[in-house]
Amino acid sequence: MNRRKIGVYVCHCGGNISDYVDVEKVVDAVKDEEDVVVARTAMFTCSDATQQEIYDDIRELGLDGLVVASCSPKLHTFTFRGVAKRAGLNPFQYTQVNVREQCSWAHTDDRQGATEKALRLVRAGIARTRLLRPLEPTVVETVPKTLVIGAGIAGLRAAIGLADIGLSVVVVEREAEVGGWVKDFGPMYPRDKEGRELVRQLEAKVRQRENIALFTSAEVVRKAGSFGDYVVDIKTHGKSSMTMQIHVGSITVATGFDSYQPEEGEYGYGIDGVVTLPEYKKMLDAAEGSLEYHGRPVKDVAYIYCVGSRQGDDGPHQYCSRFCCSAAVHSALELYTRDPSARQFHLYRDMRTYGRYELMYRESREKGSTYLKFAEDEPPAVRKGADGRLVVTIRDQLTGQKEVEIPADLVVLVTGMVPRENDALVGALKLPVGRDGFFNEIHPKLRPVETVVDGVTICGACQFPKNASESVASGLAAVTQSAAMLKQGRAELDPQVASVDPQLCTDCGVCYATCPYDAISPQEGHEGRRVAVIDPATCKGCGGCAPVCPERAINLEGYTQAQIKAMIEGLAREVV
Amino acid sequence: MAVQQQVSVREDAHAFSPRILVLSTNNISDPGIDLAGSAHMHYPPTVTTIALPCTSAIMPEWIVHALEQGFDGVFIASDGEECAYLRDCAERSAHMFETAQKQLKERGISPARLQMAAICSVCAEPFTRYMHEFSQTLTELGPVRKE
Repeated sequence: MNRRKIGVYVCHCGGNISDYVDVEKVVDAVKDEEDVVVARTAMFTCSDATQQEIYDDIRELGLDGLVVASCSPKLHTFTFRGVAKRAGLNPFQYTQVNVREQCSWAHTDDRQGATEKALRLVRAGIARTRLLRPLEPTVVETVPKTLVIGAGIAGLRAAIGLADIGLSVVVVEREAEVGGWVKDFGPMYPRDKEGRELVRQLEAKVRQRENIALFTSAEVVRKAGSFGDYVVDIKTHGKSSMTMQIHVGSITVATGFDSYQPEEGEYGYGIDGVVTLPEYKKMLDAAEGSLEYHGRPVKDVAYIYCVGSRQGDDGPHQYCSRFCCSAAVHSALELYTRDPSARQFHLYRDMRTYGRYELMYRESREKGSTYLKFAEDEPPAVRKGADGRLVVTIRDQLTGQKEVEIPADLVVLVTGMVPRENDALVGALKLPVGRDGFFNEIHPKLRPVETVVDGVTICGACQFPKNASESVASGLAAVTQSAAMLKQGRAELDPQVASVDPQLCTDCGVCYATCPYDAISPQEGHEGRRVAVIDPATCKGCGGCAPVCPERAINLEGYTQAQIKAMIEGLAREVV
Repeated sequence: MAVQQQVSVREDAHAFSPRILVLSTNNISDPGIDLAGSAHMHYPPTVTTIALPCTSAIMPEWIVHALEQGFDGVFIASDGEECAYLRDCAERSAHMFETAQKQLKERGISPARLQMAAICSVCAEPFTRYMHEFSQTLTELGPVRKE
């Protein structure tokens, strides 16, 4: 192999690294490594001055490899790829070495140990860089149109946002009507705006816009193509049943949630007068004047929280549903407006009326609500009393473990959100599903609405339990992200994808079924043979197919078998 | 007293500190390992990490290679159930893990030198705990080169 020309830059990070790692010693130790033509330290590698220095080195020394040892690759990978690109070096011939988060900061107690480790890490970076080859991103043309799946409050708001930013929008709703859960709601927190009124306004805005096509009683049945030009089959039900095919650049999934349905007997569910939170909300919204149940006034209400949420280590719903504390407290306030003398008892494990919803919690207490705390292993019991009323028994953790009996006209089980059954859609879109059954984003903070499927975003409560405000906010985040993807008319896909060496491939067929994104398919015509080929625009770059290949014919760019082995050797070499 | 302490420090420096290779994932476990450093939580500096996109991309022969090159143990900081790419990532990783252990046994290397645990993006404390515990286990096993 030809000699490589690699530049190595080790960062002080203003002391964050050099206080715990002898960076000069690291540079001294690597400057004579094979293929290293320049090695320097810098006070701040990411500063304009050092970027310029790297730029000059690349140009003057003709570097064909770059190693930057500084912070975590999550921070400045794109910075240094940019420097490389500007200077004429392929950005994928650069390796970021993490000597801050994974070295100096983790070993502030051991300067010698940290320095040796930094040296090993830099050597591994050099070893990898030596084997990097230039990669060009796959460029795809993008269709300026987005498909929104689900016309609940998040989907409707996202559709309007997308249309107003200049994209064409197709909205597909499985139900006959738009609006999802919210269309049936009366006053919602905060500010008591009526859900049905909000949906009416949003639907009117959708219908006003010429660049939105809305299909109700319709479902997505198939997706083909790749990011930028997805071909989607939509089937409508009912009188005018038909299947149509549309081309879209991106897809926003806003399919919402289901409400937890308690088992018969769970906290007395099944006994007359024991209702779920959505059932109770419906009764409140429908009541004119004071609340009645079977013609009798409702004076005493007991709320049992966390039903179907936080179900311990073995339960199917281990998560907190987030919205339910605030929603139940809001319902209690709604009852007070109808009957200020109502007696309301809240039986909870932990109250989480987060943010400004704390004010509702305070108001409910000022209006007479009583809060009693139960332990997870000793939940309250609900039974029918002798007089025909309900009786709830709780051991109150806040008043010396006293057992308290609460007579009630209604018992409200404060039920949480559960993921909606969407197997067909998950199959068609290859949506990533998390442990909790909700859809997974790439990163909760940095890429909160993108999925690993390029061009497919998620928003609203299909991602995790959210209230209406949060759902709309994430819907608008999906709008921004879709616009960022589609408005330029072309998009670059990460070229660090898997590929098959046709010389090694025997067409054994093992890999074809292993890719859930259908990126691998057999192709005729390699020296008269059929071999496996991976479509770079469909491949997500996970590398899951590579170990499946018995011939080891598959490599993931940037993480090839040779590169990883070289890194291991670089790390293992004696320091001396 | 001060002299005694110095002596014991010097003795420690000569003590065996096992070399551990961690294989992490870019989006899930590597951020958790970063977080341990950001919080200045300490673990032995003989732990070094290589990050990959997904646990399912790991080849069993890489683990064998690491132990043959002088690492005393390999720790897979896996995606667990949180993988954003593959629904069956945990099953694939378990299969890889078993294959690697088998290959180690065939070479007379203790399969206890390979460990795997799911590390999430905020699992800083569990990660450092695993590193201390694994170091302890490997110290008891002794250097890989003696096997």
